[in-house]
Amino acid sequence: MEALIALLIGVLTMCGVYLSLRNRTFSVVLGLTFLSYAVNLFLFAMGRLTIGAPPILDNSATNYADPLPQALVLTAIVISFAMTAYVIVLALKSRADLGNDHVDGKEDD
Amino acid sequence: MQLALVLIMPFFGALAAATLSRLSRSYGAIAAVITCLSCLLLLYPLCATVFSGQTIIQTITWIPSIDLNLTFRLDGLGLLFALLILGIGLLVVIYARFYLSSRDSMGRFYAYLMLFMGAMLGIALSENIIQLLIFWELTSVSSFLLISYWQQREEARSGARMALSITGAGGLALLGGFILLGNIVGSYDLSIILASGDIIRAHALYLPTLLLILLGAFTKSAQFPFHFWLPNAMAAPTPVSAYLHSATMVKAGVFLLARFFPALSGTSEWGWIVGGAGLSTLCIGAYIALFKHDLKSMLAYSTISHLGLITLLFGIGTPLAAIAGVFHIINHAIFKAALFMIAGIIDHETGSRDMRQLGGLRKYMPHTTVLALLASAAMAGVPLLSGFLSKEMLFQEAVDSTQSYSWPWLLPIAVTVAGAFAVAYSIRFIHDVFFHGESKGLLKTPHEPVRWLKIPVEILVGLSVLIGILPAFAVKAILDNAASSVLQTSLPNYSLALWHGLNPALWMSVIALSMGAFIYLKRQALFELNGRFEALPDAKAMYLNTLEALFNVAYKITEALDTQSLQRMLYVFYAFALLLGMSAFFGSNATITGSRALLPIDALSLLIVIGAIIAALSVVVLHRQRLIALILIGAVGLAVALVFIKFSAPDLALTQLSVEVVTIVLLLLALYFLPQHGAPEPASHKHIQYLTLAAIAGVCATALSWAILTRPYEHIAGFFIEKSFTEGGGTNVVNVILVDFRGYDTLGEVTVLALAALGIYAMLDGLRLVGPSADSEHRAWNWDAKPVIMATFSRLLLPLALLVAVFILLRGHNQPGGGFIAGLITAVALIMQYLANGSAWTQSRLPANMHPVIATGLLFACITGLASWLFGYPFLTSTFSHVHWPWVGDFEIASAMAFDLGVYLVVVGATLLILINLGLMHQPSEKAKLKIGDHA
Repeated sequence: MEALIALLIGVLTMCGVYLSLRNRTFSVVLGLTFLSYAVNLFLFAMGRLTIGAPPILDNSATNYADPLPQALVLTAIVISFAMTAYVIVLALKSRADLGNDHVDGKEDD
Repeated sequence: MQLALVLIMPFFGALAAATLSRLSRSYGAIAAVITCLSCLLLLYPLCATVFSGQTIIQTITWIPSIDLNLTFRLDGLGLLFALLILGIGLLVVIYARFYLSSRDSMGRFYAYLMLFMGAMLGIALSENIIQLLIFWELTSVSSFLLISYWQQREEARSGARMALSITGAGGLALLGGFILLGNIVGSYDLSIILASGDIIRAHALYLPTLLLILLGAFTKSAQFPFHFWLPNAMAAPTPVSAYLHSATMVKAGVFLLARFFPALSGTSEWGWIVGGAGLSTLCIGAYIALFKHDLKSMLAYSTISHLGLITLLFGIGTPLAAIAGVFHIINHAIFKAALFMIAGIIDHETGSRDMRQLGGLRKYMPHTTVLALLASAAMAGVPLLSGFLSKEMLFQEAVDSTQSYSWPWLLPIAVTVAGAFAVAYSIRFIHDVFFHGESKGLLKTPHEPVRWLKIPVEILVGLSVLIGILPAFAVKAILDNAASSVLQTSLPNYSLALWHGLNPALWMSVIALSMGAFIYLKRQALFELNGRFEALPDAKAMYLNTLEALFNVAYKITEALDTQSLQRMLYVFYAFALLLGMSAFFGSNATITGSRALLPIDALSLLIVIGAIIAALSVVVLHRQRLIALILIGAVGLAVALVFIKFSAPDLALTQLSVEVVTIVLLLLALYFLPQHGAPEPASHKHIQYLTLAAIAGVCATALSWAILTRPYEHIAGFFIEKSFTEGGGTNVVNVILVDFRGYDTLGEVTVLALAALGIYAMLDGLRLVGPSADSEHRAWNWDAKPVIMATFSRLLLPLALLVAVFILLRGHNQPGGGFIAGLITAVALIMQYLANGSAWTQSRLPANMHPVIATGLLFACITGLASWLFGYPFLTSTFSHVHWPWVGDFEIASAMAFDLGVYLVVVGATLLILINLGLMHQPSEKAKLKIGDHA
């Protein structure tokens, strides 16, 4: 199972890096979204993988998943949303003000 | 604690002056006067203790664990400076009220002035030298604001900038010096430093320490070769010059010399550097002052020269010289403040400060003439006035202290010549302005100023005369006190009298006075001679050249590094990050796979992950077909949520799921205004580079994740699981961490969310976006159609969805849920209404203004945090208790739930603020209608 998650993180990172290196703002936003998936999963993986033991206290439970990375990732998800929203609106503003959606604000020569 | 109060007072005064000035122009001045007087009153009861020879030290513990406290010190020197700062400050406040014109903002002026006063007091009253340095920097900043008060003038801005860069650079040097000093002594407390002079002087780092501290002092006190900022700072309003350049700002440097006198002086390095700088500044300043035609420039160079005199006295280093130095600090502050004010009066009543233009003002302003005569006589060192006494002491020390040097005649001759030039420029000030000839080409007819402009001058001149005639009565006590705290030992015998017999000092005075008169008579020849050297480069030109060279270097570096292309920059950034990350693995013999037992793979997980990978890769391939890419990325997000569910993170899964919906709606809304299809990128070798880099990054991320996931680890999860219920009162550990253990983090995070939402609101405000009128297949966009079934169901679903949100919010402390998730669910439910029913319909039923919601949420979170202060606990400590509700059962209420409610409101407000405002961009006509509705 660990191999699957490691592979997923790797693929998401690859897609994120590649798309953020494109020259159109929308692709870059998609890239950043991928990167936040990858980073959130990676942070979550710091607590290792545990199946069937959510950190909800229960007298019958013997084992719990590490709650700390989960708490950190929870806020990270919400902040990533704020960041995505900010960047996409920045892209809109850049297009409105500069007349194109190139990341440098001017078309390639 | 009185000392802390004295220090805080001016900062409150600044606030009061700034706000009250809006009501009436005089209120700012009144607030400032009250500030000065109350500071003086607070100091008064402490004076007796200080006069009995004790040093008052008061400490406010701040972070005792790292020995960081606010420590204040009041001794003779500190008291003298506090009195000068407050006393002359009070007079300047009164003067400025009648000097500034109706066009100048009173509030800004007095606020800056009070800020500066507070900073100066901080220097005088600090026991800890790092604390002293903070106030030191504050004086640089606040004097920058004061000098640039008339912001519309170019010379005010450049003068302020120059003063800031010179004194700011000096401040940095001073910081270095203080840190060295603290390391040598082992303490940053003045009391200990002043008692450790022998250790400091014997230390290997004595010279660097001394040089750095002196750099700070010399830049602040405008010593040669750093003197040039002071004349350029004359672009400030005259009351500012009267304050900064007589008693305060420039005196901070000599204060430092006096303060550290017992710790640093007494070596030949001190003597040569301090004495040398002082002597050259004294002579150069006095010489240049004579040739300045502008009244304030002349006074500026005269100030430089007198500061040099004080520095020279401390450089001579004998106890008597130090006493004379302190004495001249007092005298110079008094007569120079008076002279600046007189220059201001002349400027105010004639419209000119040029001595070639002015003349014969005696006829128009006889009263001012008398005041000017007395003040400049004090500056020249004429008997019966204050300047005479301290200058006598300098002459005497110049003769006595240099007997052992190889050229014992050099110093006496140099100071006598400088004295002669001081006499010459003083005569010029009086004769050219008030007596000689007639004024030419003045814009207004000169007349006496209003009474209140003269009263401060009269007080200062009166003091100068009093000290000159009855020194023992007027200043002996305070001078003794200040001097003994400078020397840190008992004072040698000295007498403050007018007549000391026919000693060398008297003869030197006579020579200086008569030679000064002679120089003034022969000034034409000197002016011509001096005119030939005007083309020589001066310190200011060198400063400007250095600055330009620095800028050029910075531009060159920026040009070399900045490729003007986000792609290239990002490429370099990623590549560097990868290199750094990989370099740690090279040369290490650790295996990638660790020893942790692995979990078995089941078919469903395999399927989901493969699906997610295919979807992600398809996004990359199809990313130019944007709508399809968006749908696919949504699928990836859902897969991530499934991963969270599988691995025991129900809270994360819920959050990811709701964020995913919101994000996709957001991106859809935005996509409307962007090209629906991305332009193809030209194929090039760069493209292959990027692809390779992305692949390497992916491989590295996989390897790193694998290495971590297969290794056992130590964690602190046990702590949270153990304490979650007993101390946080909840069984959902993730939620308890968010709202309780790490509540402060969460508060910061919701604040970031709120800021992002407000930033988006600001960016969208006034933005004109043009969307397409038809889709890619040329079908016209249909504005009216709202799918009936969806509209109906979404209305039906709304109450249910809100109920679910409330349920999720309430149970969050014990079961998966909480403020973040409930907030997102509410936002999704409301956004559904916009999607299904259109913004006009929804807007008429729901408030669109989300700012109050965000504000209420943040307020809730902060108040919950502050409430724990009321009970004596640290910020955001939570409490809980169990309540029995009839029929429902045992309930437990935690204060953290109120905090979670705040989080909930911020999330709802921020999410809706972003989406509604972006959505409103879509239909300009509807938006316009709504705007009108808002105003109605």
